[in-house]
Amino acid sequence: MANQGPAYYSPYPAALYEGVITPPEGKALLLEEVVDEEIAMREIAKQMLTKENATIFPGPQVLYGYNEEAKKKATLIKEMAEVLNAKMIPMYDYRPKYPKIDAEVEINPNHPNLTIWHNNIKAAIFIGVHCHYANVALKMVRCETDCYTIAICGLSGHEDAMATLRDQHSSELEKFIKIAREVKAELKL
Amino acid sequence: MAIDIYKINPEFRDIMPKEIIDLEENATWAQNRIKPRGIKEMPDTKEILEEHSLCAGCPESAALRYVLAALPCPEETIIVNSTGCTSLMFPHIALHTVHSLFGNQNAVATGIKRVLDWRFPDKQKDVMVLAGDGATVDIGLDYTLQSFFRQENITTICFDNEVYANTGGQESGATPKGQVFKMAPLGKKFEKVKMWELATTAGCHYTMNMTASAPKAVAKAVREAILVAREIGPTFLNIYTPCILEIGLSANEGLGEMKDQDKDRFASYKFVSPEAEEYLKKCKAEGKL
Ligand SMILES: Cc1ncc(C[n+]2csc(CCOP(=O)(O)OP(=O)(O)O)c2C)c(N)n1
Ligand code: SF4
Ligand SMILES: [Mg+2]
Repeated sequence: MANQGPAYYSPYPAALYEGVITPPEGKALLLEEVVDEEIAMREIAKQMLTKENATIFPGPQVLYGYNEEAKKKATLIKEMAEVLNAKMIPMYDYRPKYPKIDAEVEINPNHPNLTIWHNNIKAAIFIGVHCHYANVALKMVRCETDCYTIAICGLSGHEDAMATLRDQHSSELEKFIKIAREVKAELKL
Repeated sequence: MAIDIYKINPEFRDIMPKEIIDLEENATWAQNRIKPRGIKEMPDTKEILEEHSLCAGCPESAALRYVLAALPCPEETIIVNSTGCTSLMFPHIALHTVHSLFGNQNAVATGIKRVLDWRFPDKQKDVMVLAGDGATVDIGLDYTLQSFFRQENITTICFDNEVYANTGGQESGATPKGQVFKMAPLGKKFEKVKMWELATTAGCHYTMNMTASAPKAVAKAVREAILVAREIGPTFLNIYTPCILEIGLSANEGLGEMKDQDKDRFASYKFVSPEAEEYLKKCKAEGKL
């Protein structure tokens, strides 16, 4: 049986109901706490490096090379996966899959928990997923799994993730990768 | 830029499912082609719609495949849909689609088309409405006709199954006289509304009434209607896609029913305005058809 998340099967799974909101500019969110970006980056790297089956879920905004920034981010995310020893499972678009998705190799925002249950993922980064679908997916994951979710977001972040970095572009990703390497070395991994 | 949204970054090629790689490499995007897209390529190219949750054998699903295969430029097309059985296919289409409130489809499409023309003045954006007969002929009739009166540059396609199928079989304006349905037990009291004639009267430059029995004919009508809508004005296609469930046919009987109706209620009606005719001739000469 799957493990429940912090919101359990609450009819109000949204973090907002517990008073958690997105971090202000220049800051990040760790669970309910607003912290400096660097502190959050260190914690995120630690979670990804130590939790079982850590996975990155890249979304359409980074999977497809529709502009220069997306192309740059793709290279950095690949590097990030290597540093974090993380698997990658794509959320390539948001169409519902009929009759059902292959939860082993893909993730769909309409039932993201299936992929997390199937692969027993205990920490995951969502990156490049459009806001509204990230919001829906993160709420469901928060409700129905015990996965430590991380939103690396280009805009204002997601309160439903366990950890949120906001305004993340390629320069911030470079910074995160550097920090992740340091944490990895400290953990002697 | 539009086609680039299908170009997978090389770093992620190895984790993408085959169907997505196929969509990039093997779908007939207009930008990669010299000849116009068409239904001939359907067997050996990646289709923009490959799965749906309609009843098995529902002619709407086949008709939508023909429509999508015939779009002149899918990467620059937005399709506006309305509630009904057609909307069960829309989430599966690998293009931009907008689901509008039931009946509002032509009003929503008008807004989208105007904004796109303003936002991308140097691009040809095609806006197409695809909705059922309940949405087009009944509840949305006002918005549909008003968009024709205003001469909006959009193509409207009605999948006429002569019934409100998605809600379990109520009669619509497009239901033929005398027809009994589960939720219309007394039989329809008045004649089927000839929406194609209304469309012509209301100002459409290219109007057709047809069935989806012949894929090539559907594809031709769609392509011509979209080209005319780009330059001349509104266009309308009324396509019979019988609801096999509500008229008691089995999954393999939809085509036969459409063929029968080719000679009856859906006997071909075609109107092309003189301006549209002139323009289509030009398109043909330029190899766009
Ligand atoms: C504003 C609004 N009114 C009514 C409905 C209920 N409704 C859903 S589908 C439908 C019938 C659709 O009939 P049609 O447009 O012919 O499409 P079909 O299902 O036959 O393809 C209706 C009335 C709705 N969803 N929204
Ligand atoms: S109810 Fe009728 S129109 Fe709807 S999917 Fe089934 S056969 Fe098609
Ligand atoms: Mg109908």
